[in-house]
Amino acid sequence: MSIPQALDPAAAVKAAFPDAIDDVREYAGDTTLVLKPEYLVRVAQYLRDTKGLVYNVLSDVSAVDYWPDYNRPGRFGVSYHLLSMLYRRRLRLKVYLAEDEPTVETVTGVWPGANWLEREAQDLMGIDFKGHPDSRRLMMPDDWQGHPHRRDYPLGYETVMFSFNAEEIMKHKPRATE
Amino acid sequence: MAVQSAPETMEQVFKWEGSLDDLKGLVSERAITGETMLLNMGPHHPSTHGVLRVLLELDGEEIVTCLPDVGFLHTGIEKTIESKTYEKGVTLTDRMDYLAPMSNNMGYCLAVEKLVGLEVPYRAQIMRVICLELTRLNSHLVWLGTHAIDMGAMSVFLYAFREREMILKMFETLSGQRLMGSYMRPGGVWRDFPEGFLQTLESFLEYFQPKIDDYERLLTKNPLWIDRTQGIGVIEPEQAMAWGISGPSLRGSGVNWDLRKTMPYSSYEQFDFNVPVGEHGDVYDRYLVRILEMRESVKIIQQALKKLPAKGPFRSENRKFVPPPRAELGQSMEAVIHHFKLWTEGFSAPDEEVFVAIESPRGELGVYLHGTGGTKPRRIHFKTPSFVHISSLPIMTQGHLIADLVAIIGSVDVVLGDCDR
Repeated sequence: MSIPQALDPAAAVKAAFPDAIDDVREYAGDTTLVLKPEYLVRVAQYLRDTKGLVYNVLSDVSAVDYWPDYNRPGRFGVSYHLLSMLYRRRLRLKVYLAEDEPTVETVTGVWPGANWLEREAQDLMGIDFKGHPDSRRLMMPDDWQGHPHRRDYPLGYETVMFSFNAEEIMKHKPRATE
Repeated sequence: MAVQSAPETMEQVFKWEGSLDDLKGLVSERAITGETMLLNMGPHHPSTHGVLRVLLELDGEEIVTCLPDVGFLHTGIEKTIESKTYEKGVTLTDRMDYLAPMSNNMGYCLAVEKLVGLEVPYRAQIMRVICLELTRLNSHLVWLGTHAIDMGAMSVFLYAFREREMILKMFETLSGQRLMGSYMRPGGVWRDFPEGFLQTLESFLEYFQPKIDDYERLLTKNPLWIDRTQGIGVIEPEQAMAWGISGPSLRGSGVNWDLRKTMPYSSYEQFDFNVPVGEHGDVYDRYLVRILEMRESVKIIQQALKKLPAKGPFRSENRKFVPPPRAELGQSMEAVIHHFKLWTEGFSAPDEEVFVAIESPRGELGVYLHGTGGTKPRRIHFKTPSFVHISSLPIMTQGHLIADLVAIIGSVDVVLGDCDR
C-alpha cells in the first residue's frame, strides 16, 4: 500500500469548510488553525478521516485564560493538539470562547481519548464541553466552587481589602458554578 | 519478537467507531438492583501505585465496571509555574513524575527553548540524552520491581532497587540530589559532568547489562508469571491510538511509535537503537517491551559516551537567557548585569504558544506553554502519559478478575504524581 500525498491542513480545511477558519498562524514550527467554535467537531472529524491528513491521535487538550485584558476574540482559548502518525506531524486547532459563555462541543465522539482531557479543562478552567458523556469534576472534589486554573482565582492568599479596592476584589471572587 | 514498522499505510492508521456510552462513567443497572457488588479500592492500597482510587463493580470476582478516581495528589503545579520565572519553573516539574524527574525537566526546557528560540549546544544535547536514558532505566527498574511485587515475586523488587540505588547515587553526584535534581535548565544543563562521573557510568553499564538477564531469568519464562500476564488487559492497537495511549503501552500493542525515532529531539536521530514492539497488547508484551527498552537504553548511553565531545559548552552562552558562570562576575560588568537581571526579573518570552512532546519512560509527555510577553508564563499544561493511561483503565479491565486489575495497573506503569500534577 502506498501512502497518499500529504495535504496542507489549512488549505484542505479551507476548501472543505470555507467559513470555518478565522486565522492560520505559524510560530516556531507549530501550525495553528483558529476555528469558529461551531465548526470544531466537523473539522476534527474531517481532519481525522481525510486521506492525506489522518490526524488519528489527540495528544492534548489545553485551555488558556487570557484574563484580565485580553486582546483576543474571547477570554478563553482551547487548544487541541493533534498528531498524525502516518505523516509524522502535529497540528493545533484553537477556538476562542467568550467570557460569559465558555461553551464548545465535545470531540469525544471523534477521539474517545478526549474524555478525561476535556474533563480536566472543564474542572480546572471552567470550559463547558457540550455533549460530554461524563462531565463530573475530575481533580477537585465534587462540591468545589470555582475553577482553580483561571487567572482570577486566588493563589492561596487574598489581597487585603480596603475601601478603595473592595469593589475590585469582590468582582473577582470565585463564584459558585451552579 | 516481531519488529514491525511504524504505521505506513492508511490501513494501519486505525479509526475507532465506538459508542459514547462507554465513556459515561456509570455503573450498570445491575448494581442498582444489588445483583452486582460495588467495591472501593484505594486510595490507600499498596498495588495502586500511589493514591489512585478505583470504584469497582463486581460480579463475583469479575470486574463489570471499573471507575478510576484521581485528584488526590493534585498539587497545582501548573498553576504555581504561572507565578515563577521560566528558569525557576524547572524545580516544580521534577515533582510531577517523581520516578522520571529528568524527563519532565527535559519536556519543560524544550518548551521554553522553543518558545524563545534558544539553541542548545551539541555537547549539552548529548549530556541530556545520557541523563534521559539513565532516567528511563531508573523508572523502568522501579516499574519492574513494583510490578513484580504486586504479583507476588518479591526478589525482583530487591534486585531492581539495588541497581536503581546506583543510578540515584550517580544523579547525586550530578546535581546534589538523588531524585529531584533539576539538572536540566533552559539552554542546556546546570553544570558539567563532575570528575569521575563518566568512569562510574561506564562501569555501571558493564555491571548492569548482565543484571537484565537476571531479571529475565526470574520472570520471562516463569510459568506463574506467564499465567498471570499473558492474555490479560489486552488493548487493541486501534483502541490504544484512539484513546491516546503512548509509550511502551502502545508499543506492546504492536504499534511502532517512539518519538525518539519518529520525531527526534536533542540529537536522538544520531543514535542507532531498536524500538521493541509487542504483538498481543497484553500485560506480558508490555513487560517484554520495557525489558527490551532497558537494553536499548544501555546501548544509547554507550553510544552517547562515544559521541560526547571532550570539551565544549554544557549550556548555551546566550547571555540574554542563560546566567553567566560565577567566575565571570568578578571580571565583567556586563556579566554582573546579566546575572542580576536573570536572577531577579528573568527573561521574557513572547505572547505565543508552543507544544512539544518527548518520549518519557511512561509515554508521550506533552508540554503546552503559552507566554505573556513578560517573564512568567501565562499557562503551562502537561499532558502526562499516566493521566491518559488511567483514563483508559476501564476498557482494559472489563471482564477480568480483581487480581488481574493489579497486574494491569502495574503494566501500564502509572505514577499518580504524573497523573494529578
